[in-house]
Amino acid sequence: MELTTVWFIVIAFLWTSYFFLEGFDFGVGMLLPVLGRDDVERRVLINTIGPVWDGNEVWFIVAGAATFAAFPEWYATLFSGFYLPLLAILLALIVRGVAFEYRGKKDDPRWRARWDRAIFWGSLLPAFLWGVAFANIVRGVPLDASHEYAGTLGDLLNPYALLGGLTTTILFVLHGAVFLALKTSGDVRVQARRVATVAVAAAVAAGGAFLLITQVQHGKPVTWLTAGGAAAGLLLTAAANRRGREGWAFAGTGAAIVLAVATLFTALFPDVMPSTLGSGGLTTENAASSGYTLKIMTWVAAVFTPIVLVYQGWTYWVFRKRISTSHIPAAPKQTEPVP
Amino acid sequence: MDSVDIARWQFGITTVYHFFFVPLTIGLSALVAGLETAWLRTGKTRYLRATKFWGKLFLINFAMGIVTGIVQEFQFGMNWSDYSRFVGDIFGAPLAIEGLLAFFVESTFLGLWIFGWDRLNAKLHNACIWLVHIGTLLSAYFILAANSWMQHPVGYRVDHETGRAVLTDFWAVLTNSTQLVAFPHTITAAFVTGGLFMAGVSAWHLARRKNIEVFRPSLKLALVVTAIASIGVAITGDVQGKVMTDQQPMKMAAAEALYETEQPASFSLFTVGTLDGDEEIFGIKVPRVLSFLATGTFDGEVKGINDVQAAEEARYGPGDYRPNIPVAYWNFRIMVGVGILTALVSLAGLWLLRRGRLPANPWVYRIGVLSLALPFIGNSAGWIFTEMGRQPWSVFGVLKTSASVSPGVSPASMLISVISLTALYGVLMVIEAGLMLKYAKAGPPSEDEVLPPPPSDSDSDSDERSLAFAY
Repeated sequence: MELTTVWFIVIAFLWTSYFFLEGFDFGVGMLLPVLGRDDVERRVLINTIGPVWDGNEVWFIVAGAATFAAFPEWYATLFSGFYLPLLAILLALIVRGVAFEYRGKKDDPRWRARWDRAIFWGSLLPAFLWGVAFANIVRGVPLDASHEYAGTLGDLLNPYALLGGLTTTILFVLHGAVFLALKTSGDVRVQARRVATVAVAAAVAAGGAFLLITQVQHGKPVTWLTAGGAAAGLLLTAAANRRGREGWAFAGTGAAIVLAVATLFTALFPDVMPSTLGSGGLTTENAASSGYTLKIMTWVAAVFTPIVLVYQGWTYWVFRKRISTSHIPAAPKQTEPVP
Repeated sequence: MDSVDIARWQFGITTVYHFFFVPLTIGLSALVAGLETAWLRTGKTRYLRATKFWGKLFLINFAMGIVTGIVQEFQFGMNWSDYSRFVGDIFGAPLAIEGLLAFFVESTFLGLWIFGWDRLNAKLHNACIWLVHIGTLLSAYFILAANSWMQHPVGYRVDHETGRAVLTDFWAVLTNSTQLVAFPHTITAAFVTGGLFMAGVSAWHLARRKNIEVFRPSLKLALVVTAIASIGVAITGDVQGKVMTDQQPMKMAAAEALYETEQPASFSLFTVGTLDGDEEIFGIKVPRVLSFLATGTFDGEVKGINDVQAAEEARYGPGDYRPNIPVAYWNFRIMVGVGILTALVSLAGLWLLRRGRLPANPWVYRIGVLSLALPFIGNSAGWIFTEMGRQPWSVFGVLKTSASVSPGVSPASMLISVISLTALYGVLMVIEAGLMLKYAKAGPPSEDEVLPPPPSDSDSDSDERSLAFAY
């Protein structure tokens, strides 16, 4: 296999891991006002992802940096072309990351309420905008002969892309809900399953429409399989959630996310940024780094990615216990300094 | 302002800001890890209390380091797409390796350390924070390798067909002579930063004679680390000066505002130049010192700005190859001055603390607290000097900053970006400083608070027990 193809698969793998993992982080954040009716419940929700959200977010950083290393032209065109949406994602992720760390640092309801809003918007905005971004990548955007984005912000907000954004948002809400049902006990768990029941129907509707359009307009024969698999994942979630099989429900949303992202990347290949202007499009060939760089990066990725997967997996094992309101310690005592 | 200026302002603001948190993370992670190890080795509760106290301040700082780091990873593509296209073959690899080797380790094991007090056995728990520290060092190595390549590009050729730089020797990039001095210089400066932070906060508490059993050992540890690291900063900085004179003569000349070539060259303590920056009006000088700094001998020749300008014009074609001279000149002085002060403060502090002493004079502690600011000033000045001193190049001798910016991004978009990031960073700085102050003043937890709860009778009890730490 060509190294450029290998790296296309690696990039796809990094994004898939990111959406699988941070997908439920975003979902938990978006469900904060819905499932967290008081402060203790909100802390239950946040603490299900407390030890892991940061490690999950690194998949995004590495996906971006690996794109820079393996396909510099793709990196340059994508991030300069999708400038303002990406800026919004970065601002949202900054606020959200700080919010997790700082919300418990003052025993003041207004302080916490502000950070809770930051977590909600900081999760909703990226969840939506990632869908918009990836739909646009698959659909193609106007690129000039030097691969620079030649469209406007409005061009990125086309109906297909907005449907993509809606799909990722609902999918992540669902993924977060089944994750919470799996990771909590007590009332939060019951409520999370109830939310999942509604969300799975919405996900089938939005995701089904989005993948069907993707398939018809950009698909390949093989993407019928991945798109169909994604739909089957959602059906598995629906059935498992009704029977209270939370592990299977989570496996279903996980499979749906993995296969939906696989559908997009398979539909894209061998393009990486198709152009709607006929020329100026980027492919795995004309966007790639030199063979020497790709070879070095292949060795590095082959050795270290499995190690990362092992220790991240171990983290989930360490924190495998369900959390309920009874596990949440009292807010830290406010020790006033003696002057 | 055109888009180059806006993009440069954003890079400067976001990078200096990010680098408030980075060196503190590097230095403090090692100190916290060391304190936890001390607790494991000796079983003395005061070390556990110190670990929890400094650990909390470390985490408040770390959160900001992470989130501001996200911008660093992506603004190359957003604001500097032509740069990214040109250097991607070389520059992207260390960034990706940094993410894969360092960021995953840092974020994952920090999560385990924060939440794992009751889930991991004590040694494994301590190993987690040591791994975080190793992650910070790895991260520093790869990002500095990338930066060193911009200062002194090696291991590449420019492909004439595509007009892009192509990697030819990755090992050369990783062992760039510039990198081999920049890395120890940055790391020792990070230990000075962690050290003086710990010293400053400890001094505040010791002035009030509070929690002496925690803060005296903390202060002692901090000052020993700072003193050793300060000497390291000076030695590596000295070597770096000579490497820089050789590789970027303009930067050394600008650092000195040395307009005409001198042999031997004197070190200027204070220089005022004409407004257009072409010549010097007035200056106070120490003879021969610059020769020594730049070449290692007291009668070496140091090239002046005007000679280097002529030489670079001859080599790279007509153009202005001078950086902003006052910025380079003053930041170089601030950096060196801070370096000397940190060494003096730490050595004086160790002398005052000798053989169990705890000085009574309140000024000792006031100076200790104020010194906390020094490394942050010095780190910023050092980076502003080295980055602005490289101008007009983004990759020295190969690619100009003016040719690096994204051609397709409008100045308006860039303005929205720099304004929103600066505003957000400003707000976060106020919040962060407030929390840091609050938790620094609150002092360490008491002995009862840090000791683990008594072992429970049955497993079901432990299931119901509340988490050792929760957000």
